[in-house]
Parts: sequence; structure tokens; C-alpha cells
Amino acid sequence: MQNHIRMGVDIGGTFTDVVLEIDKNQYSAKVLTTYAAPEDAIIDGMHQVCAKAGIAPVQIQQIIHGTTLATNALIERRGAKTALITTEGFRDVIEMRTESRFEQYDLNLQLPEPLLPRQHRFTLKERVDAQGNVLVALDRADVAALADQIVSYGFESIAIGLIHAYLNDGHEQMIRDALAEKLPGVMISLSSEVSPQMREYERFNTTVANAYIKPLMKSYLGRLEGRLADEGAACPIFLMHSGGGIISLESAADFPVRLVESGPAGGAVFAANIAARYGLNKVLSFDMGGTTAKICLIKNQTPKTARVFEVARTYRFKKGSGMPISIPVIDMVEIGAGGGSLAHVDAMRQIRVGPESAGSEPGPACYGRGGERPAVTDADLTLGKLDPDNFAGGSIKLDSEASSKVLTTLGAPLDMDAQTAAFGLAEVVDENMANAARVHAVENGEDLAGYTMIAFGGAAPLHAARLCEKLGIDRLLVPTGAGVGSAIGFLRAPFSFEATRSVYMKLSDFEPQTVQDLLSELETEATGFVRTCDTQAPIRAEYKVYMRYTGQGWEIPISLTAAQAAQPDAATFQALFEADYATLFGRTVAGMDIEITVWAVNATTEAAKAEMLGETPAEKAGAIEGKRALFDPAAGVAVDASLVLRNNLTSGDTVVGPALITEDETTIVVPSSRSAIARPDGTIDITEKRT
Amino acid sequence: MSNVAYQVMWNRLISIVEEQAQALVRTAFSTSVREAGDLSAGVYNAEGLMLAQAVTGTPGHVNAMADAVAHFIRRIGRENINEGDVYITNDPWEGTGHLHDVTVVSPSFHKGNHVGFFACTAHVVDIGGRGFGADAASVYEEGLYIPIMKFVDRGTVDETLIRIVRGNVREPDQLVGDMYALATCNEIGHRRLVEMMDEFALSDLEGIGDFILENSRRATLERIAALPRETATGAMRIDGFATPIDLKVKLTIEVDRMHCDFAGTSGLDKKGINVPLVYTKAYACYALKCAIAPEIPNNAASLAPFEVSAPVDSIVNAVHPAPVALRHVIGHMIPDTVYDALDKILPATVPAEGAGCLCNFQVSLRPAPGKSGQRSEVLTFNSGGAGARPTVDGLNATAFPSGVMTMPIEATEHTGPVIIWRKELRPDSGGAGEHRGGLGQYMEVGATEGHEFDFSAMFDRVDHPARGRQGGQDGAPTTIVRDDGTMMQGKGKQHVPEGRRVMLAFPGGAGYGDAASRDPEMVKRDLARGYISAEAARNTYGLSAETVDAVLAAVAKGKTE
Repeated sequence: MQNHIRMGVDIGGTFTDVVLEIDKNQYSAKVLTTYAAPEDAIIDGMHQVCAKAGIAPVQIQQIIHGTTLATNALIERRGAKTALITTEGFRDVIEMRTESRFEQYDLNLQLPEPLLPRQHRFTLKERVDAQGNVLVALDRADVAALADQIVSYGFESIAIGLIHAYLNDGHEQMIRDALAEKLPGVMISLSSEVSPQMREYERFNTTVANAYIKPLMKSYLGRLEGRLADEGAACPIFLMHSGGGIISLESAADFPVRLVESGPAGGAVFAANIAARYGLNKVLSFDMGGTTAKICLIKNQTPKTARVFEVARTYRFKKGSGMPISIPVIDMVEIGAGGGSLAHVDAMRQIRVGPESAGSEPGPACYGRGGERPAVTDADLTLGKLDPDNFAGGSIKLDSEASSKVLTTLGAPLDMDAQTAAFGLAEVVDENMANAARVHAVENGEDLAGYTMIAFGGAAPLHAARLCEKLGIDRLLVPTGAGVGSAIGFLRAPFSFEATRSVYMKLSDFEPQTVQDLLSELETEATGFVRTCDTQAPIRAEYKVYMRYTGQGWEIPISLTAAQAAQPDAATFQALFEADYATLFGRTVAGMDIEITVWAVNATTEAAKAEMLGETPAEKAGAIEGKRALFDPAAGVAVDASLVLRNNLTSGDTVVGPALITEDETTIVVPSSRSAIARPDGTIDITEKRT
Repeated sequence: MSNVAYQVMWNRLISIVEEQAQALVRTAFSTSVREAGDLSAGVYNAEGLMLAQAVTGTPGHVNAMADAVAHFIRRIGRENINEGDVYITNDPWEGTGHLHDVTVVSPSFHKGNHVGFFACTAHVVDIGGRGFGADAASVYEEGLYIPIMKFVDRGTVDETLIRIVRGNVREPDQLVGDMYALATCNEIGHRRLVEMMDEFALSDLEGIGDFILENSRRATLERIAALPRETATGAMRIDGFATPIDLKVKLTIEVDRMHCDFAGTSGLDKKGINVPLVYTKAYACYALKCAIAPEIPNNAASLAPFEVSAPVDSIVNAVHPAPVALRHVIGHMIPDTVYDALDKILPATVPAEGAGCLCNFQVSLRPAPGKSGQRSEVLTFNSGGAGARPTVDGLNATAFPSGVMTMPIEATEHTGPVIIWRKELRPDSGGAGEHRGGLGQYMEVGATEGHEFDFSAMFDRVDHPARGRQGGQDGAPTTIVRDDGTMMQGKGKQHVPEGRRVMLAFPGGAGYGDAASRDPEMVKRDLARGYISAEAARNTYGLSAETVDAVLAAVAKGKTE
């Protein structure tokens, strides 16, 4: 890539972050998100960073954009008037969900409403079987009649999802062609294109979600392009997708559901780039903000990906209370744990924290804005992690008394004083996050020993070192720019697109030619998308097959080398699968046939080369500004911690724990068990003390 | 050990058993486990008391699982418990109620000492015998019986057991695969437990166990003590196999316990719908916990104050060798029976009656005479409507009290030559009321060309639909018929020739309160969505003909509610 002036833009729920990068120099701005016209905040931020850098918008050569707008439209139900056309007999698939209750003990449980009400779901007589054969042929006249019926409804967007269409898309294509004639201008999304995977609920829901946000996103992206051009930035614009790569504006407008979770994906790419800079192959990224924490495994400098995730959870972040979206996605665990998460004592006299959050208004009790319940930030303050007079660069004075008061109330039924209650609260929230990380690692067959944590987001540096202690992680990196990590991540992402297909094949009926053809077909499709972004750059294909023992329901992703994909043979596939299965579950199952269910090819340009880390000069002690009492949870006692200003640290400066390294945005806690060193790129590198 | 450390460890144990359950979902072969989540998993102290149970899973296993480990300790003998062992059973009375539930228990050793157990249970699709259905006259016909025994002895798998299992069931790969999956999931729980014990330098689970049990016991007792000390009776009549069954309960609330006595309930049925007491206990206890202590996690102490008794040889306390394969059909009706009593003590707390038992069926497919094709066993789990609640409508096509999920029909059709032609909501099936009962659903089932099948029905509420509460109306009953008009039975195995389909309408939940009091906006919404017909809107809810026409006209113009 020859570009040297690039801009990354991340629209988040509260802030729109803009980062301008000119060669190695970064200029960033945080602007409040402008919901009515999100492009306004971008223009504002662009002018700010251009002014800082002393350039004109016309000099920007490329803009990479990620946004929560798609996610928010799904959460807030602000999508277009949308219809679903499906197979006769299956009108209610997206409403009936899994026919189960995600919380079994709540007698007054309410299930989330489907994206489309029942009267906007229509059926046609047709049927394909589980082998992809047509059982009941679709009659064009039926489609025409349905089109005539719904013309008066005024739909802006139509989703088409038919049973087994991932195996045979003929009927979906026929319906599209017929509708295009009768309802010109209506946007159409096919399940066989949006998410060609088995399991009708997930596939239909993903297709409906795509259709639902398509008019909104298409119009937004069009306006954004126009506004930027008006302001002089007529350069190409690309979009970050949930899988951690970037796609063209046109692809994004066709498949806007792929933009869901693009912001957090940028954070993972940011961490992956730091991992590359430090030559680390096993990294756990940890992003903790005001309401949630996100955890992601990054192996060989590539974030782990998955095929399905859940958005818009409606019930205490509980699994199953949202809607499933099956698209390639960076596999992240999100938990309701942030600085604003509120604590209470339950009937078992256990401290519980989150997912309920105080948000920024009223915020934690210590903000002095009327918060009356203890939040994680109150505990952090009481334990000495935060300086009440220097929070957020001194812009908010924290009220220690208020924290103490609410924590005393929390601790009363447990016979705990404010400090012990704060300790309990912090331990519970840290344990919740550590548990999520542990489970995620185990589900991916990973042992966290030997991993390095990379922490970013406002609250992460306060809790990261304790998580490392709990998880047995030896090394923690806190990079600079952590407040705008996602936007920086966008600038590091490659162009990429993953094409997937559900085709069942048992290894006992393995057909090398079919496999070769299928993989090369997927490669052509995925490469095509990438070529619309970049006509020149070399493109690498990554091949993945999802395998299981025949009869199981959960597949293991197996990566293939280019050679294995070009010359596929059953024995190799079996050996790869069995090795991974044994890692995950301890033993293989003898005498079982193995099958492949999903095939995926990710076409990608090379990720931005990580800037090599220079030599760290000889170690010298960093300047200590003073001391403060800090509660050390591992020891269970208060210790005397050194106070250090991050801005005063230069490469090679060391800080021995217990210590607090403060900066405007946050404070890095270095517990007694660790010591830190500043690296040439400004990263604080924290490791376990050697004894 | 500090209180804070114990809090952390309790959290950790709950996370560990959840991980154990997830491992089972991922490695299991039976669709009932991997797609529907018909399973449970838990961790126990060395005494055999349950300390934590995964929330993934189904209530039917709650107490049964809690009791099972004690049976294993007694049968295996403490002196024979060694590191590397794995035990197994599908005993309906010492496991979880029928031969189709396989329970696996693994002792946990840490630094050479026996510190606890992991146990898990899964519903397998086939266990031999007559196949999953109500038709057996005794448990001997219902399939292979595996007494409590060692599946793995000090690391060595009992190959004889595997051969016997393989030789006795229709889907041997699936079942043996599931046995391994159950052992694997315990193993994963064990690994995490050992890590925790190392981290906190524990040599046993006594301290943390006492902490969990003491806090849980106290919290549960506080809830019970706050209730009125009263006694009330509840009753419900349901279809049964050939003759109706009366479920009767007397609920007594004392200062430190709640007792359900099922005296007066019908006697044993000749067919396999009888219920071992463990399963009755599970659902009676589940119903009470939902109503009075929903957030207290399940463990030996939080379950102990809920007591259940029933006369031996009543249908809710069937003893060996009564047939019990479909114990869930009656078992799932127990919460509604208990709620009939509880409503008299705690008004405006519990829902109206719902569909109750899951609307399950199993299809045994084979090539039609003279044709070639595939043999296959296909089990599906489906739900009718749930009962309306005191302040909100019942849930449409959602399981209650069971906690299982339905299977995607695309996944079902990959398991055999079956075609599900229809699976969608059933309008007008929710009982009318101020709050409407949840809708049931329609299904249509056939086979691919060249195949015929036996349809094993496991439905209730054909003759006894869900009853409304506080003036709410009854839900719609179950109906089952062949597409050529041939009548079919709600229970039992019935042959369906090539080319024919089974047409099913699953029951709706009952309504709560007077239909005339329903918010007219909700009636209009229901009409617009097609949850109710124009006729019901007019006749049952009293919407004027003009309003009905206006709502339907608005729908045709694409107006959203």
C-alpha cells in the first residue's frame, strides 16, 4: 500500500473517534456521536485532526470506517419497513426461536420480539430437501401474485429465506428476479447469499437483520461519501467488518449485517498489531470500558474468528436473550463488567456485580451526581487505585466519602467494612472476567499459561494485572493510544472477505475433485470482493473447513494450508481433525465416521506490517512522584504504592510494584507481584517479578 | 480462608459446571443433547452432596441428579472408588427417571485424595427395546438396562459393556459416542476443579462446601419463613394413555419446609407414562423454586427444604418394574398441579395452566415394502403454548416447565429420510383472557419417497386442555390426524404408510382473567398479527365489526401496530 495519509473513524455509542495517521505520526480526536446524522461528528473530527496535523482533507488518501450504527439499529429497532418471504409452513421461524426460555426460573419471562411482526412475513409454496433436491417446484405465478398483494404495503426491503436454500438457491433467485420486476427499487436480501449456512432460525434471522438495516446503512454510507467529498475528502472509503478485515463501501451496503460489531473488531485488530510488534503468538486482548468488557484470543497475531454470535441481548447479557447472527466474526466474549457496573448483595449474601450499569449519569457514587449504589469505580477509588483529585485529567473530582458510604451499606449484611466490601466487589468483578476468559480459552482448546495480555479501554489498566494474577498470565502490555484503539485498529486491518458454504461430505465418501472445485469457487468469490477494494495487492487465501464426527452438532474449525486445499485427501483431513479434537476434549472417538459441514475461504491482503520495536535502552528507575496506600488483593492487605506519571516515563524506565502509573485517561495498577518497564513505543510492559 | 475468597470460589464452581455442560453439548451425538439441551451437569463433595449445578439443562434432572451420586457411592462402595474411574447407569429410579437418560459419575482426585464427584446426565435418542414411546407393559421392554457399574476402571474402558450396548440399540454409534461425551464432560470439570484447588491451596472441598450449603440453606429458609403457614390442595385431570389420570396434591407450608403430598393421585397406568418419585420431586420442587426462590442456585441445601411424598404405586411414585419411558408426559404436568394449590395461598403469583408436557414424537423410518432406502430414528422436541401470567400473556410455543430447545428442522432432516412440512404458530389456540395464553403450534410430518414410518406419539391435552385461571378461558386442545382423515391417538406407536403425513396441532396455554377486561389495543395487535382470527376478536373479545375491518385494512396497507 502506497498510502501515507489515512484516517480511521470509529462511531461508538458515546464517542466518535477519529485518528489521522501520516506516516508514523498519529493525530486523534474524540467527538460526541451525533445520532441524527452520524456523518456530522465524522466531519467535525476530521477537521480537528486535519488542523492538528496541518493538512487539508483533500490530502487524505484513504478512510477506513467502522461503526456501531448497524448494531444500534438492531438493538433499538430503527430499521426499514421490511418483509420476509419464506417457505410455506415456516412463517414463524424467527418468532418461535428455539422454543425455550433463556432464564428457566423467571415465571414472568418475556422473550424479545422478532425483528418483523407476523403480518410482514409471507409464504410461498415450494420446498427443497436436505440433499438440495426440489420436492415442490416454485410457481412463478405464485410469486407474481404475492408481489401484487404486498405492493400496497410499501416495503422498502425484503428478505428471502427458504428452507435448505444454503444447498440450493434456485428458488430464492427466482423470487428475487420476479420481485425485481414487480417491485423495482425495493432492496432484496437472500439467505443463500447473506448467510448460506444450515439451521433455519439463525440463517433467516441473519437475512432479516441484513434486510432490516440495509436501507438505513445504504443511505448513511451514500450521504457520508457525499459529505466527505464536499469537505474535500473525495478519497476511497472502506468499511471495517465484523470479521476483522475491510471491505468496499458497495459490499458493505449490500451486506450491512457484516458491519455489526465492527468497532470491537477494530480493537482486536489493534491488539493483534501490537502482538505483531512484540512478536507474540499467544495474546489475550482485554478491553474494558464503562459498561462492558470484551475478551478475545489472538493466536499467531490473528484474532480468533467464529461463524455465529448474538446481538442485542435483552436480559442481563444472558446467552439466548438476543438474536443470533451467523456471519464470519471475530470471536469475542462480552460481559457486563465495566467501571459503571453496579453491585448488590443477594439472598445468599454473595456480592454480585453487573450487568446493570450506572452509565455516565448518574454514574458511580463517587461522581457525586446522585449515584446511590456502589459501582466498580467506587471500589477502585476506595482501594486506592484512583486519585480522587486527578481523575480524567482532573476534570471530575471524585468523592471518596460517597464511595465509602455506599460500600459500607453494601458490606453491612456481610460484616464487612467499606474497604473489605470494596475488595470483595473488585474480586467478584475480576473473577467474573477471569472466568469468562478461562471458559473462552478452554472452549478453544487453549491454556492461558504462556499468554500475554494486551489491555486497552478506560477501565482495563485498573483491573488487567489482577486478571493476569488470576489467570496465571505472566506478561501484560498496556499500549499507548488505548483510548482510540479501535480506530487505530481499522488502519491496521487488511482487505478481506470470507465466503462460506454448507455442503455435507463424509470422509468415507470424500471426493477430492469436488472439494477442490468447491474451495476454488469460494476462493474466486472471496477474492472478487477483495479486488473491488484493491486491484493490485497480492491476495492470500485462508482455507478452513468445519468438521465433526458424523452425528455431532458442533463443528471444529480446521485450517488447511494452500497445498492441502489444492491436493485434498481424506487421510490428511482426518489427521488434522483428530489432533484438534484430542486437544479440545481429551480423546478421540474410535470407529466414527467424520464429516465436513461448512467450507470457508477467507481472501485477504497482507495485514499492515507491524512497526518493529526499537531497542529498549538500559534500564533505569522511573521518577517516583509520591506514595499512596493501595489495597493488594493477592495479599489481602494495603501496601504503600509508588506514584508515577506515565508522561514522565521514557523508554527503559522501570517501575517496581506496588505502583500506580497515572495518565489523563486512566491509571495502570502494578501490583506487588509485578514490575514494569516503558518500551520505546510508549507501551508499559508489566511482568511478574522474578524471585 | 476469607469470605471474599469463598465468594470467588463459589462463582468459580458455577462457572466450572457450566463449562462441563457446554462440553457435553459440543461432544454429544444425540440431537436431544446437542440441539435440544436435554442434559444436566453438577459437582459434588466427597460425601455426595451437590454443590453446584449448571444452568444449562432441564429442570427434570434437578433433584434426580442431586440424589443420584449417593446411589452411586452406595452401589460402587467407597472402597472401590479409584482415580481414573468413571461410573454409569440408566436406572430410572437411581438415575433420572427413564432408561433413556444415561447418567455418568466420575470421582475427582486431587493429590491422591478423593475430593468430590462430577456427574452429568443426557437423554439419548435410542436405548433399544421397543423404542422411545409409551407402549411397553414393563420397564423390561423399554430397552437396555445398565445397572450402576464401572464404565472406566482406573483408566481402562470396559469393552464388554461397550459390546453389550452396541448389540442392543438401534443407533450404537450415537449411544457409545454419547457415553464418551458424558465421560469427557466430567473430565473437563475435574481439570478445572483441580486448577481451582491449586490456586487456593485447598486439599479438600469441605470449607467451600460448607460455605455454599450454609448460605443456600439460610437464604431458602428465609424465603419459606416469609410465606403464610397454610395448607391448600390442587388437582388436575389429564388424558393418560387409555383412561384419564387425576393428579392431586396437598401443599403444606411450614416454617422451615414446603411439603407436597400426592396422596389421592391415580394409580399406575398399564403403559409407559408412569413416573418414578425422583422425577416427581424434580418438577414439584422446580415449580416451588420458580415461585418463591428463583435466583437461589440449585444445590443439596437449597433443594432440601422442598419435600415430596406420594403413595407407592401411584402414577407419580412408580416402582420397578413399572414402564416409565414417557414419565415426562405426566411429570411435566406436575408444576401446573402444584400451582393449582399454591395459587390458593399466594394469589397473583403463578401462571394459568399451559401445554405442560413437551409435544414430542419419535419417527422410526424404514424403506416401504419393496423399496430400498434408509432406516432411521428421528426424535423431535416441540412445545405448545405456556399459560398466561397474572400481568402478561403466556409465551407462544415455548416449553414450560421443561428447559429444552427444539431442533432446527434442517438439522432434523439431515438425520434421516423425514420431511417436516410445517412448523408454525397455531392462531386462536391461546386461551382468551385479560392476559392471553401462549399459542400452540402446527406441525406436519412425512417421509421422503420410498419410505414409511411408525409414529410414536407422546402428547397430552387431547381431551383435557389447559384450564384458565381467574376467569381466563381454556387453551385449545391437542389434535392429531392423518392427512387422509384417518384418526390417530395422542399416545402410542402408530403406522403411517408411504405417501401419508401426520397433521398435528399442539395445545395452547390457558388465559388469565376475564377476556372482556383485555386491553383493546392488545386485541387489535393480536388480530393484526394473526394470533387471533377476526371471529375471535369479535365474539370472544367483543371488538366491533368496524374495528376488526379497520385493523385488517390497516394490515393490508402495511401499517405496523
